[in-house]
Formats: sequence, structure tokens, C-alpha cells
Amino acid sequence: MLSKKNKEALFNPLSKDNPVLVQILGICSALAVTASLEPAIVMGISVICVLAFSNVIISFLRKTIPTNIRIIVQLVVVAALVIIVQQVLIAYNYDVSKQLSVFIGLIITNCILMGRLEAFAMHNSPWPSFLDGIGNGLGYTIVLVIVAFFRELLGSGTLFGFHVIPQWCYDHGYENNGLMILAPMALITVGCIIWVHRSRNKELQEN
Amino acid sequence: MKALRNFMNKIEPSFRPGGKLAKLESVYDGMETFLFTPNATSRSGVHIHDGNDLKRTMITVVAALVPALLFGMYNIGYQHYLAIGQAHIGWFTMFLYGLLALLPVIVVSYGVGLGIEFISAQIHHKEIQEGFLVTGILIPLIVPINTPLWMTAVATAFAVIFAKEIFGGTGMNIFNVALITRAFLFFAYPSRMSGDEAFVKIDSALGMGSGKVVDTFTGATPLGQVATSVGDPSMTNIVGEPISCLDAFIGFIPGSPGETSMIAILIGAAILLLTGIASWRIMCSVFVGGLGMAALAHALPSATYPASLLDPWTQLCLGGFAFGAVFMATDPVTGARTKTGQYIYGLLIGVFAILIRVYNSGYPEGMMLAILLMNAFAPLIDHCVVSSNIKRRARRAAAKVKED
Repeated sequence: MLSKKNKEALFNPLSKDNPVLVQILGICSALAVTASLEPAIVMGISVICVLAFSNVIISFLRKTIPTNIRIIVQLVVVAALVIIVQQVLIAYNYDVSKQLSVFIGLIITNCILMGRLEAFAMHNSPWPSFLDGIGNGLGYTIVLVIVAFFRELLGSGTLFGFHVIPQWCYDHGYENNGLMILAPMALITVGCIIWVHRSRNKELQEN
Repeated sequence: MKALRNFMNKIEPSFRPGGKLAKLESVYDGMETFLFTPNATSRSGVHIHDGNDLKRTMITVVAALVPALLFGMYNIGYQHYLAIGQAHIGWFTMFLYGLLALLPVIVVSYGVGLGIEFISAQIHHKEIQEGFLVTGILIPLIVPINTPLWMTAVATAFAVIFAKEIFGGTGMNIFNVALITRAFLFFAYPSRMSGDEAFVKIDSALGMGSGKVVDTFTGATPLGQVATSVGDPSMTNIVGEPISCLDAFIGFIPGSPGETSMIAILIGAAILLLTGIASWRIMCSVFVGGLGMAALAHALPSATYPASLLDPWTQLCLGGFAFGAVFMATDPVTGARTKTGQYIYGLLIGVFAILIRVYNSGYPEGMMLAILLMNAFAPLIDHCVVSSNIKRRARRAAAKVKED
């Protein structure tokens, strides 16, 4: 079940081959949905589901898909899964789906999906493809959660909507940093995470 | 002096590689070049012999800032005592109050900025650069006096790290570091950076000048008043008396410490231009661009945009326009470097500053955003100027070949 190759497919994307930190994919949604933790986590779970199942479906179809139209086939599969996820969210978590607005729909255009389908699912059997989808989705989610943690903590003084910065600080002149709520700061936060990540993994550093 | 030289020579070995304090080598180098003229000469290439170096350039800019700094201190005190109804008090008391109010900001700005530069230089084993000398004095001059010190500290740290050090330190930054500090504060803590409570210090400074604010007090800057005015834009000072363009020219209006007095800024501009430190092309074209855009806005007045009712000269005297034009736009690192490019760069800064000021009701003042925007475009302008020059010369050479 978990041979060495499968383990790599599952665990490499968490750090060494992280889709956001190393391949710099899926940045737009990482900027858009990370103003607070809850939508970031929901977005992460949605991407994990779509990525894992689209990987499996494409992997099953990989020998029957004509090469010329493979992108269209991949898009149709992804779009179908995204619509399912969107409907489930509207049904069970309406508030968060309102917050995420178009960004659930835009999972279709998330580069990580097309990247994994093209690079992995088209050449591998369903089980490794499934693991690869889970791994990459998790790698994406981890980054989203870290970014959202700092943005929500410093920007709103809350975590999951609960006030964590004590009133005492506000009484003594502390103020929330409005810039953390804006998109530029998400970019800088991602940049800082990439900075820390590369300084810890020397083999990733470019010259 | 000789004793100091001997002392420096004596402690030198312990700072060199292998010594006990080798990690602090750049601190030693920094102190030595600060105290004595460096003795090192270049051995290769062609060089112009000139006593001017980065330190002297920086010190000249700081000297040019001194009039604005001193007047800023006086004006802080003047506005304060006006607000608490003691405008008859002597000018020296006012100046002293302003000094006490501004000094902590200067200390914080230099402490945080130089601290980060020192640490960064030690980590990378590089020389300590003098670039922060000017930035450190610009920051207190463009940050509203009521900004809490910790906010200034956070913003300075952010600007030095993210606008300067990660681009490679002094001389490599794309954006003006002092303006990034202000922009960070502006977007992170908007309530502290505009409105009635930002620009006039009401409470006592280090125990001096306590008093009760008079009833007619309003802390809005002239530009802030104009932005919210209906019909004819009439400007008043902080106790409700009308002010004229001349008051704004001399500088008795609320605002960031360095920006209020046009006269003090013009003295600084004269120093910069006479010593050849700043580019007159940029400076003049900023004023021309601003004047042109203000005249255009004034020619098409609209009640929707009250700032368009101001006459062009008043536009230039108000807010941070003059300060930005003289000290920020002319930053040789972030500005355009080709001569034609400098005209375009300056002109667009002036135009954008007034454009934002008049037609964007969200921002009463546009100088900061205009300069930062053009900082981003300066390399592109230079690139276009250089490549068009190359093309022109290539055409000329081709024509000459044909003639022959």
C-alpha cells in the first residue's frame, strides 16, 4: 500500500516539493482567502478533495484520453468536482461559502490542479495518484493555514473568530494592523515563509 | 586626535579575522571611517578624484533638512500652544516643546533603523552603509506627530527590512524607504494617519506644556478641510480663524512636522541644488507637473471635487507636495537616472500627486502615493530613454554609412 514511491508521492509535497513554497503555484487563492483561518481551512479541504478525486478519475481514464484533447477532458472532470464541492458548501456551511465567494469556483483554474493532473495522474495508476493528490492538497493547505494564522492574529486580533489578544493590550495602545487584512501583506507573508523554508532547506536555494 | 588614532590602531587586530571580536569587524570599519578619512584608494580602472563620498552626500542632505526640522519643531509647539489657548507664550517655549515632542521619534527612528542595519551588516560581513542617515531623519519629519512610538518603530523595521535589506541594502532599494515607512503606517493604522487627531499634539511632551484644549479646536489640516468642504473651500487654522496661502507658505498650519513650511523647504532645496546633490531636473519638473495639473483642475472646477476649487499656487503650498518634490522625488537611488527620464519622472509625480489629491476623495493628499508609484516606473522610464537613444544613434550611423 505505501511503498517507497507512494510515500514520496504523499509526503514530498508537504515540504521538499511544496506546491506553493517551491513550485510557486496557487498563489492567487493563497492571497485571496487567507484573511482569516476558517475560510482558509475550508478552502484547503475543498482543494484536497477536488485534487485527490480528479487525480483518481484522470488516472483511470489516462489510457483512453486522446492526447489532443486531454486538457479539455481534465477541465471537465475538475469542473464537475468543483461544482459538487460548491453545492455541498452552500448546503452545509453557507456563511463560509459566502466568504469564499468565487474562489471555490476558481479552484478550476488553480495551477496546482492542472499541474498535478498533467505531471502525475496522466502517467501513474489510481492509488499513487490519489496519494499524490492528498499530499499536494495538504501541502497547499499547510501554507494557507500558516498565512491565515498570522494575518488573522495580527490583522484582527482573533483566531477562528475568538479574541486572543487580551483587552489589556488594547488599553495600553495596541492596535490591529489593518495592512495585514489587505492582499499585499499576504504576498509578503508567503514571501517570508518561503524565506524561512529555503534557509532551512539548503538544497532548494538557487544561486 | 593622535591618541584616538593610536587607540583605533591598537584595538584593530582584535576585530580582524582571527581576532576575538572578528564578528564585529564591520562595526570597527564603520567607526573608523566615521572618525577618520579612509585611506584606501582604488587600484584599477579609471576614477575621478573627488573628496565627495556617500557620507558627505548624506550629511549634505541632512544639513538641507535642518531648516525644515527646526521649523517643524517650532510649529509643533506653536500648534500645541494655540490649541490650549496660550498662543502668547514665547517662541522659545514653543520650540522647546516641539523639540521634546519630536526627539523621541528621532531616537526611535534612528535606533530601530540603524540597529537593523548593524545586525544585517554583521550577518553578511559587509560594511555598514550610511544610507540610513537621511532616512532616519526623514521618517520623523513625514510621520504625524501623534503616531505612537511603537507604531513608528514597527513601520521603520518593516521598511528597512522589506524595502531595503532584502533588495540588497543601501543603493539597491526600488522604493524610497522613508515613504514605505509612511505608507505602512498609512495603510496599517489609517485612523492614526489622517483626520482630526493625527497632526496636532495636544497632551504634554515629557511633562511640558499641559493644558486644556480650547472649545473651538479642530485638528484637521487645510487639505483635510478642503476635502470635506462643501462649496467654497475656506481654510481655517486649528482654532477656527481663517488662514491664507501666505500662512501655508510660511508654515503655520497643522501637518506632518517637516512638510508645513514652504520657506524652510526652499532653503533646503537651495542647499541641495547649490551643492549639486539633488537633480534640478526632477525638482523643477515635479513643480511644473503639479502646477500644470492644478491649473487644469482649477480651470475645470467641480463641486464634487472641492480641491479643484483651490488655485494652483495654494495647491503647491499645502500638504507634503513641496517636501516630497525636494527631498523624496530627488532620491538618486529610487528616481530616474537618465536626463530625459528625470523630466518625465518628475512631471508625472507632480501630475499624479495633484490628480490623486483632487479626484480621489479617499485620499486628501497624494504626494506619497505618487512618488511610490513613479519609483516603480523609474527603471522602465530609464529603459525606454536608453533604448530609444540606442535606436536613434543606430539610425544615424546607418544613414552615415549610406552617404559614404
